[in-house]
Amino acid sequence: MAAVETRHLSKSFGAFKAVDDLTIAVEEGEVFGLLGSNGAGKSTVIRMICGLLAPSGGTALVEGVDVARDPEEVKRRIGYMTQRFSLYEDLTVRQNLRFFGGVYGLRGVILDQRQAWAVSQAGLEGKEDLMTRSLPGGWKQRLALACAVLHRPKVLFLDEPTGGVDPISRRSFWNLIDKMAEEGVTIIVTTHYLDEAEHCRRIALMHAGRLISMGTVSQLKQVFAGRAVIEVSCPRLFEALDLFERHEDVLEASLFGSRLHLVVPDAGTGQRRALELLQRSGNVPARVEPIVPSLEDVFIHTIETEEASRTRGEQKPTEKAGSRVQRGVP
Amino acid sequence: MRKVLAVALKEMRQASRDPLTLALLLGIPAAMLLLYGYALNFDVRHVALAVQDRDGSAGSRELIASFTNSTYFDRAADLPAGSNLDGVLERRLARAVLVIPENYARDLDEGRRARVQLLLDGADANTATTVLGTSSAVVADANTAILRKALPDQQLRTSRVIDYEPRAWYNPELKSTQFLVPGLIGFILMLTSVLSTALSVVREKERGTMEQLRVTSLRPAELILGKTLPYLGIALVAMGIILLVARALFAVQVRGPLLDLFATTLLYLFGALGFGLLISSFADSQAIAFQVGSVFATLPAIFLSGFIFPIRSMPRLLQWLTYAFPTRYFLVILRGIILKGASLAPYRRDLLFLTIYAGVIFGLAWFRLTRKAD
Repeated sequence: MAAVETRHLSKSFGAFKAVDDLTIAVEEGEVFGLLGSNGAGKSTVIRMICGLLAPSGGTALVEGVDVARDPEEVKRRIGYMTQRFSLYEDLTVRQNLRFFGGVYGLRGVILDQRQAWAVSQAGLEGKEDLMTRSLPGGWKQRLALACAVLHRPKVLFLDEPTGGVDPISRRSFWNLIDKMAEEGVTIIVTTHYLDEAEHCRRIALMHAGRLISMGTVSQLKQVFAGRAVIEVSCPRLFEALDLFERHEDVLEASLFGSRLHLVVPDAGTGQRRALELLQRSGNVPARVEPIVPSLEDVFIHTIETEEASRTRGEQKPTEKAGSRVQRGVP
Repeated sequence: MRKVLAVALKEMRQASRDPLTLALLLGIPAAMLLLYGYALNFDVRHVALAVQDRDGSAGSRELIASFTNSTYFDRAADLPAGSNLDGVLERRLARAVLVIPENYARDLDEGRRARVQLLLDGADANTATTVLGTSSAVVADANTAILRKALPDQQLRTSRVIDYEPRAWYNPELKSTQFLVPGLIGFILMLTSVLSTALSVVREKERGTMEQLRVTSLRPAELILGKTLPYLGIALVAMGIILLVARALFAVQVRGPLLDLFATTLLYLFGALGFGLLISSFADSQAIAFQVGSVFATLPAIFLSGFIFPIRSMPRLLQWLTYAFPTRYFLVILRGIILKGASLAPYRRDLLFLTIYAGVIFGLAWFRLTRKAD
């Protein structure tokens, strides 16, 4: 039995389809990442599984329990933490922990134990009487996590948990997550930091409410099998982008910050041809190198393929739909 | 129940940490009582009276004395005969001028009509009306005394006159504080309980903690009770403070049974807290909750309750409107218990309305807050 499962899960807000026919199964003890740009529907999925939002169609199950049928039972089994630290800023660290312990029905010795555990996990020893408002972002976030897992949930949902937190705090936060996963907690996390996705055993890529790809990081990178990605830097970037987009040997060209990434059938040939093209148009000094595709390349490639297949027929075939997409990710 | 306590405890902690909330809940009621108790004083006593006694006789001095002895008038100025009277009221040297013409005493002695004039500052119509009433009473008393003296027969002097002795029960001196304190209680309790519950729920919505609570196994009913009970307690404490202050400063005593008083208050509070919860189920920001609470709870508690403006002298339409707000019923009972020393028994009808209101409003709020996610 999957720890979390959705079957044809959908949510519409009026005419807008926020989530469109999503079917996923997350195994017990897995760290599962939901990736996608803003508005892709990641949070909506989590909110439906947690019972915060009623689906327009389909079902969501947590450890076999249907959320629509028995939301209370589901709530007992899950923990939930959002990017907006949902703590009481006007209470101390200890009072927040006591309160959340209380609403989860913990008491007496067990509450004391869990509270001590949470404080040590979050590295907040000696800070119990500080006002939550006065804590730095990274600490608040660890406290929020501690509050969300006080009742030892079997499944933990993290909705963009590291938004607005510095890199060092993000790393120590992920260490906590990895540790919990080792203890058998199933973790479903949404993020748009692609480096964080490397912590996930499996990833689901979402775009415009739909699941467009799912698998381990290396499985996802398979989309480039038989092709190569080369990176181009040159003085006139947009001119080059235009050039490569129209070139038949280039399967895909996209802007990556101050560089271009090109998808080509072969690394060696591609590199040579690209350099020639740039030199011929006087767009020099230019640098062209084959690179190992990152998750970001996968992400953009998959979205572009998806968009292209969806808009095909509506647009002229010469136009590579969506290839001018800026880096969709920070 | 344990979870209800956890919520209630958290609520108390937050309230005690927020000076504004605390002031709203405990300080403002007492401050308002002081303000309204002293400022909203409709009593007209010690009216500054200027006197122009052109007669200067024993008779005229006697009339002046009956004015000042009534304690409703203070002799503020003596105007020499022939001086201009216009400036006195204009420059607010006095609110009223008593003019006794020459030959006042002689006219009386010789059995003629004596004329006396009172000039009034009519700019403040309420005060003027009251002053007019008291001055007429003073003069009527003086007339009776003069007539009696004039009667030849000893026996006639002591009888054959209507001995008119009006008594205002429950508030013999007709002090307006006696009348205002119950109204103030109704208003303050409405203000604090509607706003405190509405704001405390909406604040959680605004800060996103409500969503966190909704994924815990805390049931909506537990949340509602945990949010309501602390403010119910605080409101009762506030009520106690008001009663103590009213007793110490304005000598307003609760004459009826305290138990009945608190039972009624509890019922009233349930309606008010329910209304706060109902607002919170619609409002998404504290500003909106505050506005809605003010317009639909606080203002009716002032204007449509009989607190300051008597319901009987309102236009018919507004009179009907008062039936839709609970403060009207609450004040009737409260005045009965506090001023008349009554128990709840004569107020079954008002009590019934209060119960219906509390039930309907709390039920609506409960329904809105416990329904499933959409």
